[in-house]
Parts: sequence; C-alpha cells; structure tokens
Amino acid sequence: MTCTLDQLKRHDRGVVSNLRGIGNIQQRLLEMGVSDGAEVEVLRFAPLGDPMEIAVRGFHLTLRKSEAALVEIEA
Amino acid sequence: MSATLAVVGNPNVGKTALFNALTGLSQNTGNYAGVTVERKTGRVALDGATAELIDLPGTYSLAASSPDEMIVVDVLLGQRAGEKSIDGLVAVVDASNLERNLYFVSQLLELEKPLVVALNMMDIAARRGLKIDVAALSEKLGVPVVPICAHRRIGLDKLREAMTPLAQVALPVSGVRCPFPEAQLSALQALAADLNSRPVLRRTIHPLEAFRVMVDENGYAEQRVLRKVGPEFRPALTEYRRRAQVNGANLAAQEARARYGWVREIMDTCVTRPKVRPKSRSERIDNILTHRVFGTVIFLTVMLLVFQSIYSWAAPVMDLIDSGISALGGAVSAWLPPGVLQSLVVDGIFAGVGSVLVFLPQIILLSLFIAILEDCGYMARAAFLMDKLFSWCGLSGQSFIPMLSSFACAIPGILATRTIKDRRDRFTTILVAPLMSCSARLPVYLILIGAFIPSQRVLGGLVGLEGLTLLAVYSLGVLVAIPTAWTLKRTLFRGVKPPFILEMPSYKVPLAGVVLKKAFFESREFVVRAGTLIFAVTIIVWALAYFPRSTAIAETYAAKRAQVVRNTAEAQAQEAALAALADEEEGEYLRSSLLGKIGHFIEPVFRPLGWDWRIATATIASFPAREIIVATLGTLFNMGADEDEHSDSLRTTLQLARREDGVTPVINIPVALSIMVFFALCCQCSATLVTIRRETGQWRWPLLTFGYMTTLAYLGALCTYQFTTALGWGG
Repeated sequence: MTCTLDQLKRHDRGVVSNLRGIGNIQQRLLEMGVSDGAEVEVLRFAPLGDPMEIAVRGFHLTLRKSEAALVEIEA
Repeated sequence: MSATLAVVGNPNVGKTALFNALTGLSQNTGNYAGVTVERKTGRVALDGATAELIDLPGTYSLAASSPDEMIVVDVLLGQRAGEKSIDGLVAVVDASNLERNLYFVSQLLELEKPLVVALNMMDIAARRGLKIDVAALSEKLGVPVVPICAHRRIGLDKLREAMTPLAQVALPVSGVRCPFPEAQLSALQALAADLNSRPVLRRTIHPLEAFRVMVDENGYAEQRVLRKVGPEFRPALTEYRRRAQVNGANLAAQEARARYGWVREIMDTCVTRPKVRPKSRSERIDNILTHRVFGTVIFLTVMLLVFQSIYSWAAPVMDLIDSGISALGGAVSAWLPPGVLQSLVVDGIFAGVGSVLVFLPQIILLSLFIAILEDCGYMARAAFLMDKLFSWCGLSGQSFIPMLSSFACAIPGILATRTIKDRRDRFTTILVAPLMSCSARLPVYLILIGAFIPSQRVLGGLVGLEGLTLLAVYSLGVLVAIPTAWTLKRTLFRGVKPPFILEMPSYKVPLAGVVLKKAFFESREFVVRAGTLIFAVTIIVWALAYFPRSTAIAETYAAKRAQVVRNTAEAQAQEAALAALADEEEGEYLRSSLLGKIGHFIEPVFRPLGWDWRIATATIASFPAREIIVATLGTLFNMGADEDEHSDSLRTTLQLARREDGVTPVINIPVALSIMVFFALCCQCSATLVTIRRETGQWRWPLLTFGYMTTLAYLGALCTYQFTTALGWGG
C-alpha cells in the first residue's frame, strides 16, 4: 500500500519508494538519506502537531508535514 | 613550508572537539571575509612535522546551498581568494551514524586529495551494539581509518601518526570511487571537456565541480560557471543533463541512489548491527523533553532561565561596569582642567567605552547559554517545539531564541541568529528583533509612567493603571513584530519556503572547552568590531551636544556665580546655589548647542506628536542609546545629567515643565504616551544598527531597519497623541 510520510501515525514504519517533484526540499531530503529504499519510523509529532520526527538510516530527523507529504512510502 | 590540512565532516560529529584536542591553544578564530561564517585555524604538532589545520563548517553535502556550504566547497577546491590550497583532508565521521556520514565521504573521495578518516564516537557506537570492522572499512575506502573518541581524547596519538604522511604530502590518493551509471559518467566527462575548452573560464574545472554543475539545477556551482561562460551555455547544459539521465530519472535522485547504494554495500561488509534497533539514550530523553506536556513545560523553564540570566543576572555586573567607568571618568576629570578636553574625556571617551562594555555581561551570558544548548543538542529540540508558532508568520522555530534574547537586548539576539541556516529567515529575524522591548527601554517607560500615569486601580482593583501601561508598551513590540515579519517574508524576503529539515543530534554532555572558547571569541569580536563604531557614534553625538561653546554664556554665568558668592554668606546655601547655577549653565549650553539647534529646527516635524523642541532634542541625543533620553531631559530642564529613572526631582520637574507661554505643560498624559510608543517602536540604538551592519555585511539593512522602525514609531506616536487628546486625556 502506498501513502505519504505525513500520513503515517506515531511508531508507524515504512520504506521510502519515491520523492515527488524535485527542488530545494527534495535535494535536502536526499542528502539527509530520505531516498528510495530507506526505512523510516515515525518517532513523534511536536506538541502543536507539526513538525514530526523520524528515524532514518540510523539517526533522527525532523521535518514539517508539508515536506513529509513529498515522500512516498511503501508501508 | 608546512602542509595545510582541512578538517571536514557533517555537523554534530564532534569536529570542533577534535579540532580543539589536536590544536590546543594555538588557534585563530575570525570570519571569512564578507560573511559571518566562522573561520578557525590552528597548528598541529605531528611526529617530526607540523601542519596548519583549518576547521571547516560542518556540512552534509558538497552540493552547496547555504553560505557555510559554499565556503566549504570553495576552500576545498582552492577557489576562495586569500585561502591557501588544501593539501589533505581529515574527515571526521560519526561511527554511530555511519550511513549518512559515508555519503559525505563518497563525495570527499572525488576531490582527489589525500584523506584520513577519523572514526569518532566509537563509544556511542559500541553502546548501540554496532560492531565496526575498521580494517575492512579502511580497505573498502582505500584510506587510513582511525577509531577515536574526541570527547575523551582516546585514539588521538594514532590519529596523529596517520596524519603525519598527510602533512608530508606522502599519502597516496585513494582510487576508490562511488560507481555511477555509465551514461552519467560519459556525459560528465563531455561537460567538463566542453567547459575547459572555453577560455572565458580562465581556469580548469575540477571534475567534482563539473559534477555539481551538472547535478544541482540552479545550484551554486551552476550559477558561478554560467556567470563566466554566459547564459547561452544553458541549452548545452540541459542537453548534457538529459544525456546523463538513466530512464529519465532525476539526477539528484540518481546521485543519492548511487551513493547510498555504495554506502549500503560497505555497511553490509564492515558493520554488524543488532537485529532490533535498541532504544537509544537520546530517544528516552526525548520522550520527556519533547513530550506534549512535560516537554513544553521544561522548554518554557529553560527559556525563562536564559531570559532571566540576561535580564537580571547581568544587571549587577552591568551596573558595576557603569559605575566603575563613571568613577574612573570622575577621577580622571579631577586631573584635567574644566573645558573641552575634560568634557571629551568624561562625556565622550569614557561614556563611549562604557556604552560598549556595558553590553558585555549580557553577550557573554547569552553566548554561553547558546553554546551549551547547541553543544548538548537541545537547540534542535527547541526549534522542533516552536516551529509551528513561527511558521504562522513565515519563519521557523530557529527564530525563537534570537527573538527571546532580544527582550533583554537586541544585540545578543541578532548575534544568536547565526544558528539560522536560511538567509531570508535570518535577515527577517534580524530586522524584527529590535522591535522586542529591550531592557534599555525600561528607564524611559519608568520615568514617564512614574511622572504622568495616575496611580489608580483598574479592572475591579486587580491591577494598577501603571502596571497595565507598562505591560501595554512592552507587548506593543511583539504585536507589531508579527505583521512586520509576515510582510517582510512576503515582500523583501519572498521566495521558496526554506526547508525545515533538521538533524536531531544525540544528546551529549557539553564540553567546557568548546563552550568557553565559543563564548570568548564571540564576545571579543563584539568588542573589537562593533565596539569601535559604537564608540565613534557616541563621540559624534557628544560633539554635537558640546559645540559651539558660546563665550557669552560663560561670561553671564561667571558673573552670576560671583554674585552668589558675594550675596550668600552661609556656606551650605552658597554651595546649593552654585550647583543649581552649574546645572542651569549646562542646560543653557545644551540648548544653544548644535544639537539644540537641530532640535529647534525639526520641532515642526514632531509637533503633531505633541512634542516640543526639548523632547525632540533629547530624542536625537538618544540616538546612541535610548536610555540617554533620561539624562538629556535632566540637562535640558537644568537638573544636571546625573538624573536617572528613580529620580523624584526629575519626575517633578517633568511634571512642572511649561512651554514658552508658561502655562501649557511640556508633557501631559497624551505626550507621555506618545513618547513611550515612539521609544517602543523606534531603533534609537546605534549599537543595534552597527551589529546589524556587521552581521548582514551591508549598510542597507541597518538603514532599512532604522527607516521602517522610525516610520512605525512616528506613526504610532502620532496616532497615540491625536487619539488620546481627542479622548480628552490631555486635561
């Protein structure tokens, strides 16, 4: 089943299958290891619901939901 | 001739700790010319050789987008004017976060320079159950790999040993490269050959630079090359890009796939990981520190502590500096004959030095706090917690600390914006930071509220009107800052929303050495760079207030003094009368000075605000710093300059002061309110403006700040005066 990273709930896991579009944000995500094949786990959301924190390639990354919406996940 | 080596690595890998451990005290810290990117160099003693070490800013990739990254790429490629070319690299790699760190190493290998990998944080990796086969890793990368623990200074001797051939330029360059698709490699070669055949470029392009030109669309490398070879190269570049693509895949994605694929293969051979990812210590700490309730409470407590420290803890030291400098000035003035020299030394030089040094306690405290919060990893959490609030006006959570600090003083606040990566966000934050109600506004508020706001209870006796007024003028800055930031982000700093993609580094105990060094260098830089200009502005305003010295006034007062001495026999009364005369004389001088003339001249501008020329003069005199208005009003009303906000006599004088008609009060409630609103919104602080100049590198930003804040202040004061007068508050 395919969805985007921002739709995952806390503690959900998945594998990155694609990044939508290309630009500044995608470039940065790729450098930080959010590229196809990477396993991700949602660790938590900030108290106001946004941004979110994920575990990817052995470290923790925080990103906004609007950015996570560009990341397609194979759950 | 010793070799120059660069220390490179991702952020948060302990690069600074290693650099400090290797170079000890032989360090030089400054900025790269024209940008506020820290430049750190030092010397390292190796077996039989010494080398110069450059600590480059931490970066995740050589695809440059921020000023930090551009510096790193330029220095590594030997294209930054005034920087020596790099003979070799020490790559600091976080063993507990090997996968993303090796991504960067794969780019470093393409620099074709001798390289040593310092595998840091081996202790954390071991605690997480990671087993790393160092020998196999070294073989896979084709470079020496030395396991170390920079925090505990373990493995440094081995690292020095491995660095010796680097310093002697005797280490061969690794032939290992991350494999890219054939199509991409041949397109890259063709692109590089094409560029190198163009004489306008006037240099050979490094293969790595050609790589970045090809992959990073509209990136730093592309823009720099197109500036030289002209935009007509664009179609050719598009064609090379098309040829490099495999199945139409995007080149950035293609790069990431190739590199992470290569890294994954190395990881599989060299690293054994536990089957189930164990919960790290940082994760358990974060369960509390970023918890919906506890996290927020702890965050507010920490921020309260930071704020309290710069607001109140610094105050006694600031008072001490203030009174110390005045005492010293007093002592020196006793040595000098009265006259221009005495005034220059006491009111000019000592006041100027004092106005610089008085900020030091706040700057030291705040830079200590920021260094600690950054070094332990909490800064990223603070940004995580606050991001949503700030995204409403187009900023990010990284703006929170600078804004908060600005409530104590805008200068440390503006310095704190250095942690903001995005230039547009950083400049917006710098431009609105001076709107926060800093501690220098407090004396102005206190004296005016004390003198003119009736003490009565409002809201059913819950709060006093005075407290309510103070709260109102304090909040005014924030209320204006929100729409201002919103507007700036949609006009001057319009552009693509910068990504908020931050690493949440593992928590660690901050190193005293790293923290202290940072605070020390920041404070020293403030004194040296901003200090000289602040000093100069103070002297200029002193001169405006001092000259011309009319001899007529001197003669009149000499006669008056003689008269007092003749007519008053009693010693105490005589002394009091002479002191009053001296204050009156000072007032007369100031009123006839250039500054007083300017005040008269621009009075019509301020008349709609309800101000007379004396308030206008005091406002101009307070350009170096807002709080000066209190002392200037004191002099203008013949009270002497040593009046402060607690002075009852100044309060009474202000209440009793009348205009030339002898009936209309100079200040009534609407005028008092309009002065307070003006000072809440204006940027009467040369130190802030000078700091903005230094941090932005251009004069137009402080000019813009001064311009928009003065406009807001004028309009705000105008509305306040006209509105409250219409309400009949003027009596």
